[in-house]
Amino acid sequence: MSVIVKEAGKAISRADERAPISSLLKANLRKVFPDHWSFMLGEIALYSFIILLLTGVYLTIWFKPSMTEVVYNGSYAPLVGIKMSEAYASALDLSFDVRGGLLLRQIHHWAALFFMAAMVVHMFRIFFTGAFRKPRELNWVIGGSMFLIVLLEGFAGYSLPDDLLSGVGVRIVAGIIEAVPIVGTYLMFFIFGGEFPGNDFIPRLYTFHVLLVPGILLALIGLHLILIFYHKHTQYPGPGRSNSNVVGFPLFPVYVAKAGGFFFVVFGVTALMGGLVSINPIWAYGPYVPDQVTAGSQPDWYIGFLDGMLRAMPNWEWEDFLGRTWSWNIFIPGAVMPGILVGLLLAYPFIEAWVTGDKREHHLLERPRNNPTRTGIGVAAIVFYGILVINGANDLIAITFNLSINQLIWFTRIAVFIAPPLAFLATRRFCLGLQRRDREKLLHGRESGQILRLPHGEFIEIHTPISDEEKAVILSKTDYPVVEAPPATDENGVRTPGLRAKRWRARLSRAYFGDNVMKPTPAEIEAAEHHSHAEHDHEVEELHAGGKDVPAVLGPDSH
Amino acid sequence: MSEKTSTELATTDSFSEQPLYPLPPHRHRLTDTDPRAARRAERQVATMFVLSALLVVAFVAAYVGVDVRTTLNLGPFGVVNASNLLLGLTMGGAILLIGIGAIHWAKKLMSDEEIVDERHPLGSPKEDQDEALAEFQTGLAESGFVERKIVRRSLIGALLLFPVPLIVFLRDMGPTDVNVLRETLWKKGDRILVDITLQPLRPEDLIVGTLVSASPEGLNEVQEIEHTQNARAKASIILVRMKPEEIRSQQGQGWDYQGILAFSKICTHVGCPIALYQQRTHHLLCPCHQSTFDLADSGNVVFGPAARQMPQLPITVDEEGYLVAADGFQQPVGPSFWERG
Repeated sequence: MSVIVKEAGKAISRADERAPISSLLKANLRKVFPDHWSFMLGEIALYSFIILLLTGVYLTIWFKPSMTEVVYNGSYAPLVGIKMSEAYASALDLSFDVRGGLLLRQIHHWAALFFMAAMVVHMFRIFFTGAFRKPRELNWVIGGSMFLIVLLEGFAGYSLPDDLLSGVGVRIVAGIIEAVPIVGTYLMFFIFGGEFPGNDFIPRLYTFHVLLVPGILLALIGLHLILIFYHKHTQYPGPGRSNSNVVGFPLFPVYVAKAGGFFFVVFGVTALMGGLVSINPIWAYGPYVPDQVTAGSQPDWYIGFLDGMLRAMPNWEWEDFLGRTWSWNIFIPGAVMPGILVGLLLAYPFIEAWVTGDKREHHLLERPRNNPTRTGIGVAAIVFYGILVINGANDLIAITFNLSINQLIWFTRIAVFIAPPLAFLATRRFCLGLQRRDREKLLHGRESGQILRLPHGEFIEIHTPISDEEKAVILSKTDYPVVEAPPATDENGVRTPGLRAKRWRARLSRAYFGDNVMKPTPAEIEAAEHHSHAEHDHEVEELHAGGKDVPAVLGPDSH
Repeated sequence: MSEKTSTELATTDSFSEQPLYPLPPHRHRLTDTDPRAARRAERQVATMFVLSALLVVAFVAAYVGVDVRTTLNLGPFGVVNASNLLLGLTMGGAILLIGIGAIHWAKKLMSDEEIVDERHPLGSPKEDQDEALAEFQTGLAESGFVERKIVRRSLIGALLLFPVPLIVFLRDMGPTDVNVLRETLWKKGDRILVDITLQPLRPEDLIVGTLVSASPEGLNEVQEIEHTQNARAKASIILVRMKPEEIRSQQGQGWDYQGILAFSKICTHVGCPIALYQQRTHHLLCPCHQSTFDLADSGNVVFGPAARQMPQLPITVDEEGYLVAADGFQQPVGPSFWERG
């Protein structure tokens, strides 16, 4: 036994006298994790969060969350002598007069952008592969909630320096809060300690940003990881993989090195970005003054879809008979739509489970093509989101491409309703086509590109059988039967309870699976193999028997 | 093969508990078979770790040796802060190399033979479930929660009310008098001061086609007393001058002064300050959400998400010939709110 093992043994036994460490290690040291690049997306999010905690703590050393007016006297010459909030002045000081301060701020900002981006793409992966299905519905809800919370956290973070750009963003949020029916004005007064901008907002936002939200996120991330550990990771279909096993590499040593190393890669890349690529140069915007704005103001990208919605919304406002103002033009894009979108996002696993009636555990990931309706919904959602993000930058697009801003907004207003359904239909068709092709491949093999000319003049293409790896992947498809609605009344004429819900379910089930291309049964595959062998053998035999030359095989390999 | 026939075959479902095909045989890497390749990989990993350590030394050197104000001209990349660049490069490089080294180690030298873990049903065994329920039942019976109705109901009542103080505390987060949103500093006779120079304006200072941002006299004094920018957030205005015959309508008879019009600068949509003005059309465009207002036509909305016209401030000149407010704003400025009316 080497020295390391001996020493480790001593340490473990000392620990074991106080807690059952050995049992814990025994159960988990060689725990298997499957390997796939897309499983790293969640890791990037997790590591970005750790980087944010770490750099955030350093930033609090110098940042002063105060709106007290001071006169800047630091080393950034263009702003010397200008009145500004202490928050902005301290953000300038830590950028210009603290060694490494700018680096920490830029790492923090880049890590925040990576965090959001990794979460979004991770969510795509989970959605399109059906990884949210039982038993992981709760983890989807936790993840979706974190997406929303991190969005708010990011907004809070970039608003703290109290620069002109972010201050305009806060002004917009104040306007959105004011548009909430009934309680909006009070809500705004309570958040800002009175009118906008007041003196309370930055200190309050600071507590929200550095204490409240990180605490909630830590708890949710902990729960998210515990559930992943408990459920064991999902895996992609393939030979040797089934719904009841996990194939991959052990936690120790492979994933300690790979995942641990990947933390350093993410941190290293983020630090390099912080050193090499400028982000949010607050000194260029100047301090926040409520009567100033820079043209072409853009929020960070993840807020873009909300801003895009605000821009696209027609100007509907009502005054009711009591003289109350209903600002639909702001309330719908600012609060109603985000609420609906998040609600649908969080509810999706339960909707799909209800439609399929599938109560089984799913640990084998579903290929996006095998659930065309889900994939179509996902693509439609991405298109919807994408149009809104683009509309959030429509002023810059108008200037860059010399287009009319009014026409761009009209384009968005129409496209946001037309493009997602088109994307849905196209994606669904595309998936069904791929399913059909999968079935073809199983039954007839792959097109080899080799053309055979038969004696009677017919040309046929030789198909070669596909590999077992490919068969295993294709055969992982689950075929769901379409659920039929029960008759309105039973044989005794009693009305079926819950008939309307059941009819809806039948309709949705048909929409989901009505067009699915069933994968062939083992018997069909065997029959097809037998058939094709017999046919080819027969033809070739016939040729030989006739004493003729075997006809030229035309194809990429023949010259 | 028609889809119909397929549907009829939909009886089988390979929701597999057993893999359909075995794991493909493991293929050895070069580092598994060739000791020289393995030693080479070992050297590569060690080199990365050593370089990482050296970069940390370089980081400390850059921290101590490079003044935080030093700039570097990188030509096409612009002028950058040398301290930030060097600290980022050394720190990022050092961390990145540890990561790449560890992953290289794992990929080249650690076993890459896939191993299989069986999954077990996630739930507890049936007997555990029954036992847990039985334990719960025993505890419930011992507590008397079910029979002792008064205790139960009074406890539920107390627990429901217990968060009330936590909510009541929030009451003093802010005031509730919404009427402040209807008021601005502007009142009859206030001189109009141009932003930045803070000088009063005479009509002849504005030529046709110009737009200037302005605020009421006394704004800075109010700001000094209140220690907030609240007054500025509402009182800020813009002045534009057009030929009197170009004005198609105004919010009040004679609110202009010889073609000079004053409007609130705060967008009625969500409150961004606006000063993007198109001389020829007299349109005012909000840079945030592109609401467009026609200043020659009462400041009415011609495009975009804003629902209400920009409030107009009636102006005139005082006896010394300076532009002044003829009255305060006749409607609330800024975004709509519930009680606005």
